[in-house]
Amino acid sequence: MNVTILYFARIKEVVNYSSEQVSLPDGVETIIALKSWLSGRGEVWKKLFDGSSVVRAAINHELVDELATLDEGDEVAFFPPVTGG
Amino acid sequence: MAHADAWHICVQAEPFEVGQELNALQQATPQAGAIVNFIGLVRDQFSPSEASNAGADNPDTGKGSLEAMQIEHYPGMTEKALNAIAQQAAARWPLLGLRLIHRIGRLEAQAPIVLVATSSLHRQAAFEACAFIMDYLKTDAPFWKKEIGPQGEHWVEARATDEQAKQQWKHAQ
Repeated sequence: MNVTILYFARIKEVVNYSSEQVSLPDGVETIIALKSWLSGRGEVWKKLFDGSSVVRAAINHELVDELATLDEGDEVAFFPPVTGG
Repeated sequence: MAHADAWHICVQAEPFEVGQELNALQQATPQAGAIVNFIGLVRDQFSPSEASNAGADNPDTGKGSLEAMQIEHYPGMTEKALNAIAQQAAARWPLLGLRLIHRIGRLEAQAPIVLVATSSLHRQAAFEACAFIMDYLKTDAPFWKKEIGPQGEHWVEARATDEQAKQQWKHAQ
């Protein structure tokens, strides 16, 4: 399954990506599974998703929880809690 | 809805002129008896919870002074989130019109960041809807602020009180 992942604000600076296209292995079908898969990339990624700071997720512009499922072509975004206004 | 441009929602880098925006709202909703507005501004000091970071630990010496705010957002999702908030407000109060403008990019100290102006027949709807829209914007719209000062910069942390403010509206239903 192919998805686009976007990163914003502090998270973008930490991972040094603003966006990427990834081809997910079978079994990576939810936000929590995606976080776990990305954590395998190394220490920076592991620390990002270890729960020590809040990371929100959106799929196709809708805020979702960790059990939300991914579909082919989805746009996934990871970002910190918002601070506008 | 009295007029095609009674509902105006915009994300922009450019400054806005409050008087012009309020006049436009008034003209678009001639039956309105009340217009309420909120203006969010860039402070000239670092936010208090972060004052010990970024070398800003002593406001008395001016070290706490803030030069600018950088505001990032998620194009596409931001507009959808703001529209969804406006629709919730319109479903809850008899609003005649709305102007909701949020700026992005680098904003200097004391610059306006956000304008929410609501128009209604009577004041209560305009007051409450204006507060509701700001409370929801604070927790649901994907904007992120970075404070920039003479000795560094840092991302503003989300505040638990913002989430509480939003929850109060759910309990009030």
